[in-house]
Amino acid sequence: MINKLSKIILAIFTYFTLSVSSFAFEASNPQCIAPANAGGGWDFTCRSVGKTLQDLKLISGSMEVTNMAGGGGGVAYAEVVNKRGNDNNLIVAASSATATRLAQGAYPGNTMDQVRWLGSVGADYGIIAVSKNSTIKTLPELLAQIKKDPKSITVAGGSAVGGWDHLKVLIAAKKYGIDDVRQIKYVSFDGGGDAVTQLLAGNVQAFTGDVSEAKGFVDSGDIKVLAVLSADRLPGEFSSFPTAREQGIDAIGANWRGFYVPGGMSDDAYNYWANAISKMYNTKEWKETMSSSGLAPLDLSGDEFQKFVAASVQSIQDLSKEIGLIK
Amino acid sequence: METINFLFDGFSVAFTVQNITLALIGCFLGTVFGALPGLGPANGVAILIPISFSLGLDAASSMILLTSVYYGAMYGGRISSILINIPGDEPALMTTLDGYPMTLKGRAGEALTLTGIASFFGSIVATIGLMILAPQLVKIALLFGPAEYSALFVMAFATLGGVSSNNKAKTILASALGLAISTIGIDGQTGVPRLSFGNVHFYDGIDFLVVIVGMFAVSEIFIFIENKDIDAKKKKKNIIITTIIPKFKVIVKTFPSMVRGSLLGFFAGILPGAGASLGSFIAYTFEKKISNKDDTFGKGDERGVTAPEAGNNAAAGGALVPMLSLGVPGSGTTAVLLAMLMTMNITPGPLLFKNNPDVVWGLIAALFFANFILLILNIPMVRMFTRILLLPPKYLMPIVAMISFVGIYGISGSSFDLLLMIFFGLFGWLLRKLNIPLVPVIMGAILGNLMETNLRRALTISDGNWMYLFESKVTIIIWLITIIGFVLPLIFGKKITSEIEKFKKKKS
Repeated sequence: MINKLSKIILAIFTYFTLSVSSFAFEASNPQCIAPANAGGGWDFTCRSVGKTLQDLKLISGSMEVTNMAGGGGGVAYAEVVNKRGNDNNLIVAASSATATRLAQGAYPGNTMDQVRWLGSVGADYGIIAVSKNSTIKTLPELLAQIKKDPKSITVAGGSAVGGWDHLKVLIAAKKYGIDDVRQIKYVSFDGGGDAVTQLLAGNVQAFTGDVSEAKGFVDSGDIKVLAVLSADRLPGEFSSFPTAREQGIDAIGANWRGFYVPGGMSDDAYNYWANAISKMYNTKEWKETMSSSGLAPLDLSGDEFQKFVAASVQSIQDLSKEIGLIK
Repeated sequence: METINFLFDGFSVAFTVQNITLALIGCFLGTVFGALPGLGPANGVAILIPISFSLGLDAASSMILLTSVYYGAMYGGRISSILINIPGDEPALMTTLDGYPMTLKGRAGEALTLTGIASFFGSIVATIGLMILAPQLVKIALLFGPAEYSALFVMAFATLGGVSSNNKAKTILASALGLAISTIGIDGQTGVPRLSFGNVHFYDGIDFLVVIVGMFAVSEIFIFIENKDIDAKKKKKNIIITTIIPKFKVIVKTFPSMVRGSLLGFFAGILPGAGASLGSFIAYTFEKKISNKDDTFGKGDERGVTAPEAGNNAAAGGALVPMLSLGVPGSGTTAVLLAMLMTMNITPGPLLFKNNPDVVWGLIAALFFANFILLILNIPMVRMFTRILLLPPKYLMPIVAMISFVGIYGISGSSFDLLLMIFFGLFGWLLRKLNIPLVPVIMGAILGNLMETNLRRALTISDGNWMYLFESKVTIIIWLITIIGFVLPLIFGKKITSEIEKFKKKKS
């Protein structure tokens, strides 16, 4: 895997800031683990959040970002659970992919209740798209075609089979009324960009991915977004995408980005971090980062977030059982 | 004409004191990163990203710094390949095949100069290609779907036979070992872990950098410990940097190989996912096919170093094409560069050339400039870098060990990878003892996964119809090249050579 080559070391930021916190707990030498190599979504989450927290002086000193790749995040998860269970100065980047893998038992021996879920910093909503030359104009048309002749449509996405890009299509298909979702042809590529390229080349007929992955191609008019899997239309430049709901298909697929912290973190520290993330979320600076990177609003923290993750783990588990990925 | 105007605008972006200084620093650091085994262009670029952030550089300046490091590493990788038979980074793997034999013959200086010229030539070809063809080249990349990639990788494997050893059985065994390594990890097409023994560390597969550094650098350390007395004497005698300037005749002789290597490399580079390793690999095997008339390859033929070096540098430039125009990284390093651009709020893709011309053209101008700096750094000043690598082995080997460990740990922050690296070191040592070539093992590990996933993607798309692999024009061309160039010679090769032998005997 060529693109696994990517790698990184530590961030050497030299920002000296003053603390303004009023909590009993005060983070010192905080660290953010990105459970993957440099360049991916988790790495971006750690670095952008770390930098914003520093710039806004929501934490004192600087946030150290450590890349701990392996096992699709499983290595970092095991490390946090086994070795750093009581670390009050540690946050770890997570996303829907983390929940998906936990749901499917892809982190051997680990479950979602071994850590505390901190909060989300935004979401990348799923889209389903076709190339500009396609005769298909709406999501129901695409799904009708799949229902009629599943072999005629190959869907490409950036995640592995059973991964989030794949599941999004299945969620939409189920809501449309396709009972045996296993018939849907899904081909996995190395990342969304690769999958879009195959769509442009005409090797596949549909694309499933995130808004941010497809932005460049939507701007250039090469691909046509059939539906975005969000509850309401997205703000700003993405507002032209119709939602699946508008088209009568009640499917929502958000790739959320957020953090978990060690299971043994003290309540004081947990509240400190949840507060810092939530404060940061509401600043102008973070809103700018979100809009430039295609992140849509999703503001959950503390208990709310804990429940949200639990629910999403449960629904992914059900779906994965249905398609025979897990027993 | 328009292109020229854009380029001049680009030079005005690139030629500020700040950007020139950044390019100089980048080229120097890149060469060092490239020359040190275990540290490659991707590490170099990744290490400098936070620095460019904290310096508050804008997008154009950051890209100039980072791509200078990238190009520099592509130059630097050859130095350790040639001098100590350990590839400085993975695309420099093929350069060991003839580069080290040249060193043993006392022609290390010549090899370094020639490869410096080849690298320069390859990079310039790629940069010109990037400049003129980038918007159009998107179309070529689009011609390559899963079926075409499958055919391409079959061709790459068909060429393996001719790579390194005269013993075909050992070469096949070696590539099979490499393929076996590549199957470890979660299978993307079904989501099922394979050969992972329930150990989460194996889920992402084995990073082939671990394999390379283990097999080459660590096994070299074992070999050194084993023969430390003999080796110390031998090396001192042999590694002398003589004739830095090769004869004009040699340059003329190797020039066609540079041209071929550059074109093949650039082509391999623009295919997303193929990358610089495939570029230097194809460049070497084709060159050997064409030029190995007197059986000099693998024994220190100049063309055996110029072709892959031109190839890997051209591929490095080529890999920027899909990265900029499609947002698809063709290699690990371009993946890191892509991430960098995204964080700078620049969306690579079809509109990049239109929306951010200052970044693109500033970058292209800087690449030309960086190439000239690198030519100077790598030819007249190459002694500076070789000094480091020509330390007596008893000092050099501990340094190699240290850098290998730091480099590998830096990739993933995983101590498990270090153990794995030591394992591959022992394994590499064993294979060397058995005279099994290491290069096919590595190529198997690198290309195996790509070949498998593309084949399975193709078969999913076609509902299991194998004829899909022979349907497009591009696939047919690739299959023909494979059959005519590499399969038929295997069958008829012996017959023809014996005929020629007979003919020669008759004559004499």
